[in-house]
Amino acid sequence: MNSLVTFARRYTSINWANINPVYFVLAALIVAIILNNPNFIEPTGYMNFLKRAAPLAILAAGQLYVIVSGGFDLSVGSMITLVVVGSSMLTNNDPAATMWVIPVMFGMGALVGLINGMVVCYLRVPSLITTLGMMITLNGFAFLWSGGAPRGYLPDTFRFFGRVSYKDIPLIHMLPVALIVLVVVGLILYWLMHKTNLGRMIHAIGDNPNTAKLAGVSVNQARISAFIVSSLSAVVAGILLGGFAGVSTSVGVGYELQAITAAVLGGAVLLGGRGSVPATIAGALTLMAIFTLLNFLGMPQPVRQIVQGLILIAAVALTMRRKGKHANS
Amino acid sequence: MHKLVKHSLALGLMMSLPTMVMAQNFDDPIEFAKQKEQLTMTANGPANKPWEQYIGDRLASTQRFAKKGGSTVCFSNAGVNNPWRVVGYTDMIEEVALHSDIKAFIHVDAEGSDDKQIADINDLLAGGNCDILIVSPNTTAALTPAVEKACQQLPVIVFDRGVQTNCPVTFIHPVGGYGFGIQGAEFVAANVEKGSNVLMLRILPGVDVLETRYSSGLRVLKEAGLNIIGTEFTGADNAKTKSIVEDYLQRGTIDAVWMDAGATAVAAIEAFEDGGYDIPVFVGEDQQDFLQKWKKMDITAIAPTYPTYQWRTAIIAASRILQGESVPGPEWVLPQASITKANLDEFINEAMPPLHYAMCGCEDMPNYPQAWGGK
Repeated sequence: MNSLVTFARRYTSINWANINPVYFVLAALIVAIILNNPNFIEPTGYMNFLKRAAPLAILAAGQLYVIVSGGFDLSVGSMITLVVVGSSMLTNNDPAATMWVIPVMFGMGALVGLINGMVVCYLRVPSLITTLGMMITLNGFAFLWSGGAPRGYLPDTFRFFGRVSYKDIPLIHMLPVALIVLVVVGLILYWLMHKTNLGRMIHAIGDNPNTAKLAGVSVNQARISAFIVSSLSAVVAGILLGGFAGVSTSVGVGYELQAITAAVLGGAVLLGGRGSVPATIAGALTLMAIFTLLNFLGMPQPVRQIVQGLILIAAVALTMRRKGKHANS
Repeated sequence: MHKLVKHSLALGLMMSLPTMVMAQNFDDPIEFAKQKEQLTMTANGPANKPWEQYIGDRLASTQRFAKKGGSTVCFSNAGVNNPWRVVGYTDMIEEVALHSDIKAFIHVDAEGSDDKQIADINDLLAGGNCDILIVSPNTTAALTPAVEKACQQLPVIVFDRGVQTNCPVTFIHPVGGYGFGIQGAEFVAANVEKGSNVLMLRILPGVDVLETRYSSGLRVLKEAGLNIIGTEFTGADNAKTKSIVEDYLQRGTIDAVWMDAGATAVAAIEAFEDGGYDIPVFVGEDQQDFLQKWKKMDITAIAPTYPTYQWRTAIIAASRILQGESVPGPEWVLPQASITKANLDEFINEAMPPLHYAMCGCEDMPNYPQAWGGK
């Protein structure tokens, strides 16, 4: 009964200031895109956009676990490359191989996350350095495995997840499989972060590891889990990206920073303690919307980089201001 | 907030201005005309071995470099950092194995860094073991002094990208970037109506060999009265390429796609395929995946090439120079044939990796196809 009252209170009188600003920014960007390119309102327009944004959104939601726990995971970009290169080597043009290659990739992802987490917890290497080292190492593996150039193709069974769209669906006309993957993985990550004990522990250790420890949180276990979630999300992103556009040895380049940017746009506090999965996914969509808009406006590359950099700084400044206000109220 | 916007705009302008001022001339009408002519000239030498052929008649005498006994060939390589260079370097290793007169082959990889390559060349010279030095420069201007210094000590061969000095015995390269741009654009012009929409896809700005491909391609397309609906940079990224083409398809029709390099051509084709559009006229390159897709989907296409067989030529030149035989010089201009519908089948080999460059001139070598990653 009590909870029903709070529920009613929370949702009848909307306090606009409490809504994460990323949703307004995203809405404004989408309006700007539509004004620029009215075709965006057609299903092929926004569905293609969502299909493309899915890998980054999933990656950013995974990255959020590490950020909330107070760290960074820079190894996810090269993890994506390793997944794409490794899958093309292992499937070896055999459509039936997808069945076992995907579980192998998840196993590899879990292992990488476990190593990242254990190095941070037990060897006390800062996560920035640990995952930077892992990024270089994984790139090396991908290069060794492939010899610097793709050695094979990904079969259509593997590419299904990132490439195929269901056509002729009423109302929405087309439904990309990648969007279904995004919704499913997004719900799982939302539930894990906001509805389970693991999520609470990750928040606690990011906010203040000492207090968390005194409160009985097994800090290492929570931190290692965060790294594993992040690596597994990179495996999903790799499967989608490999599916979308095929094998390339540079497919993951730059994705680690984009994922961190997306989480920050979604209001996650760097160095831990706060962050939301839906807002991070909105942050990823915002970042993709910015890229799309700049493309449509025909901005030259240097201007795009300047705009990206300024947006990142502005987003962090805004988050800090919101945080300060909340602390005072 | 207004102030911030103003300041950031000013900053943006300040940062983009220097790039405009420093722009070099990659649209040289004289070089354009020269390469256009070279494309039609008949090359000297054995027709079945284009890597030994040369356009023009000038030879460099090399008797003073003749050496008895086995030789040591040194190679300062800009990098093995893209699939084209992976294929080329494999060509080179296999060519070395064919020469009993080459006793040792020393390879130093500059990993895409000018500074490292300059240091590499200095180290090779200081080591004193090299009888001849092959240089594939990372960038033209930065490597010129190092190459000039090397010329004073031993015979030097430069290939692929050039340097701004005539001191090397020979500079080996195919016809060049203007030629590449012309071959693709002329094919487009011949296969679409006047006023048709052409999308131009480029890898990245600022690289001389790619800039010249673009400037000559653009010139030919414009002169043919075609409508350039956009020029976009793909960063050689499949996902980005596919996204760009999807965006253009949303906004209008595309009658032809011109690309300055073919590594992402299949991704561009897939954007049409997945969206349910007919595949337009395509300019790709000699990568296996593109050639196979072209045949499978029966596309109206052409594959200009920047032949990797020039890596073989560098070793052949080294061997000849150390035996005192004359070689084409000061420039060894190799033929640069396109792959067309007529000879497509000769170049398709499904056992090869997707980004294997088919114009490798390597099919007759002993370790083909395994050494190139084939099955």
